Amino acid sequence: MDECRLRGLIEEVRAGALSRRRFVQAMVGLGLTAPLAAQMLAAAGVAQAQPKVQYAPTRRGGGGALKVLWWQSPTLLNPHFATGTKDQDGSRIFYDPLAAFDPDGNLVPILAAEIPSSQNGAVAKDGKSVTWRLKKGVVWHDGKPFTADDIVFNWEYAADSATAATTISSYKDIARIDKLDSHTVKLVFKNPTPFWADGFCGYRGMILPKHLFEPFKGAKSREAPANLKPVGTGAYRFVDFKPGDIVRGELNPAYHMPNRPHFDTIEMKGGGDAVSAGRAVVQTAEYDYAWNMQVEEEIMRRMEQGGRGKFETSPGGNIEHIQCNQTDPWKEVDGERSSVKAPHPFLTDPAVRQALSLLVDRASVQEEIYGRGGQVTPNFLNSPSKYVSKANRAEFNVEKAVQILEAAGWKKGADGIRAKGDKKLKMVYQTSINAPRQKTQAIVKQAAAKAGIEIEIKSITASVYFSSDAANPDIYSRFSTDIQMYTTTQASPDPQTFMEQFASWEVSAKDNKYQGRNITRWRSEEYDKLFRAAETELDPVKRAALFIRMNDLVIQNVIVVPVLWRNKVQAVSSRLRGAEISGWDNDTAFLYNWFRA
Amino acid sequence: MSRYVVRRLLIAVPVIFGISLVLFTILALAPGDPFEELATNPNVPPEVRMNLRAKFGLDDPLPVRYTRWLTSMLRGDWGFSFVSRVNVDTLIVQRLPTSLFVLGSAQLLGLLIALPIGTYSALRPYSVFDQVTTTFAFIGFSLPTFFTGLVFILVFSLWLDWLPFIYRADISAAGWRWWWEHARQAAMPVAVLGLFQGATLTRFVRSAVLDVVRLDYVNTARAKGLSERATVVKHVVRNALIPVVTLVALQIPGIFTGAVITEQIFRIPGIGSLLISSILANDTPVIMAITFVFSCLVVIFNLVADLLYGWLDPRIAYR
Repeated sequence: MDECRLRGLIEEVRAGALSRRRFVQAMVGLGLTAPLAAQMLAAAGVAQAQPKVQYAPTRRGGGGALKVLWWQSPTLLNPHFATGTKDQDGSRIFYDPLAAFDPDGNLVPILAAEIPSSQNGAVAKDGKSVTWRLKKGVVWHDGKPFTADDIVFNWEYAADSATAATTISSYKDIARIDKLDSHTVKLVFKNPTPFWADGFCGYRGMILPKHLFEPFKGAKSREAPANLKPVGTGAYRFVDFKPGDIVRGELNPAYHMPNRPHFDTIEMKGGGDAVSAGRAVVQTAEYDYAWNMQVEEEIMRRMEQGGRGKFETSPGGNIEHIQCNQTDPWKEVDGERSSVKAPHPFLTDPAVRQALSLLVDRASVQEEIYGRGGQVTPNFLNSPSKYVSKANRAEFNVEKAVQILEAAGWKKGADGIRAKGDKKLKMVYQTSINAPRQKTQAIVKQAAAKAGIEIEIKSITASVYFSSDAANPDIYSRFSTDIQMYTTTQASPDPQTFMEQFASWEVSAKDNKYQGRNITRWRSEEYDKLFRAAETELDPVKRAALFIRMNDLVIQNVIVVPVLWRNKVQAVSSRLRGAEISGWDNDTAFLYNWFRA
Repeated sequence: MSRYVVRRLLIAVPVIFGISLVLFTILALAPGDPFEELATNPNVPPEVRMNLRAKFGLDDPLPVRYTRWLTSMLRGDWGFSFVSRVNVDTLIVQRLPTSLFVLGSAQLLGLLIALPIGTYSALRPYSVFDQVTTTFAFIGFSLPTFFTGLVFILVFSLWLDWLPFIYRADISAAGWRWWWEHARQAAMPVAVLGLFQGATLTRFVRSAVLDVVRLDYVNTARAKGLSERATVVKHVVRNALIPVVTLVALQIPGIFTGAVITEQIFRIPGIGSLLISSILANDTPVIMAITFVFSCLVVIFNLVADLLYGWLDPRIAYR
């Protein structure tokens, strides 16, 4: 899929021969994100589809209580401190961003009066600035007006490294923000920025009130009383918060959208586990909605039989994948295992990696283990669609794997394990402790044994595996085994940060306390060049073509073996309407549209 | 007596100090860190995590961290949670009433079941009543609470649809409805814990009463013509309950620390669920505070139990 094909497809969308949604799906299939696909269409001047929201209530309030379950409940309500989506979801009840990402990746204005575009002149041609016009007449829950000063403050607050905001990456590349008038701001970037809708949009875009947080910028950020008692512009006003237990809110009578919200109160209850949360919505209807249903397919089907609710899915960008270590985890060089100075004895052989990819039975993993929680994927970020590049196919074929290994000179020894010279195809396969992962490990191990590869399975407690304790050899970023498997989250609407994990300068090593993001330690000049080009390419179509090419490099070289594209799964009561969940934004991003039938 | 109390209290100081040192060391040596979730999110630069670690003093050597914790604890500063950045004492105060209510009611229910049943079956050992209650008591304390909890949910919430299985600490109703809602949601967890507690106590009460009922003074009481009721209530039970009182006193610290598993099943926002979520999140200040308070309570209530024993049974003297 090169630039030419992409332009062709965009023309098809313009002519109406291809639907917007199919186009976006196809782009996601090529390893892009829906927001980037939407940006390509916008830049080409294909008008954004009017979001068709079916919102029935004709007045504000009167909906009673909305009860939702987050089995991991929010522990803090300052969106800039959020350590996970749970905290962002909780904060989003009270705070708004300038714009949110809908399921197709389109920007929906929330606190912005309109979405900037090159057509309306708000996006600079050189990619160095973008101008946002803010909605007028919006007030904070305490009655103070929302103005451009708040936008400028949020940038100062989040970009200050002393604040220790987890959102810093979305704000640190903004050079300055010019306040053009009380309701217009111009964001000036340090470098040409092709994807400008990162700060102030979606997950990391929620805006805090300047008048309450100004004294608590920087080192004193923890002391702000509003960290626990949010005052935002959102559809619901703060009532009560008990960390790890409950968040309560009530209707905001001054909300800036007409007839919204529908519910008089909202209650987000936490604790427990996913399965019983699903039961409380789908079986007993005690609650209206439950988040992140990591439940086995069979159990979901049984619960749905009562007809009081169902489990819905929305595709996002999370990928469960197996990484092939390009360095030798068993040889210590300068006190470091998996050092770039020691190449892996056999995983550097493309034939072995090809064979490994053929030995992962993705279809069985999807059907038997994940069910509707995942989709089979051949690409690092992929969805089944007719536009998927023919070069990348999710194939499970033991015979073919055997042929490839034979041809490359890996012969079966007396013990049934293939070897070449003194190198034996024995691998250690690690992942975190989690039932579906252990089942997947077993499926891969079985198939590999048939092809003459011996796999030893290792599982590590998640709290150890994903910790940042550089002294522990079991952390995923030290990668002290041959292959490993986990889910990487594509929490950003733009693929750039995500794709940086294969750049050679990101190699995880002792020198950077294993903080580098390139865990496979794969280094490719071609990839680096493509990445550098994408960083500054302003034409979204050309840039998309670069990302697709990068994705293909990773997949065709089998640096990672994608297993599943994981969906967001949520339990929704049959009485709840309008709960459209975007895979590119928080579950509560469009809370203002929820209502009860 | 007062010299005894003072001596015991003085011994308690090094014990509590030792406990805190052991707890702190184990927690510090345990793998994992509170910012684990940030590690897998590609959008959070590693510097943020490093910055937070430095800010919360996680990179300092162990003795420094322990001394800092100890000195601030002595000054009454419990520190703040790494996860929610809320002061630890605030978090505990938020959770304590719920735990006290649920576990206190369960303890009460256990006693209400155990006292009459245990006494009655001891007075008629090996009767049908005794056999039946003994069987139920054995079933009761062999079944773990997580099992009975799930069975209760299955029967009363899913099949019969009578009771909610999600506990809410703050119910937005007033008056009678508030009481009704509270009773409904507390019914299952209190029953689960209370029946378990009751089963264990029943056996205990039974054997305590059995020990006493055979003694000569009981026969004397009967021989001098006291009614059966007076004999049992005034002479048998009064003496038999001395060890039971001690046992109950020793169980009181447990009420303050919550029931980890039951709280998790019914989503009760008590101390137990706070402890488990803090352990999962490696939130050291909260874990330290809860476990430390628990050990202090255990030490104190051990002393209280000993004193109660002496007060109830004058044969025991303190030196």
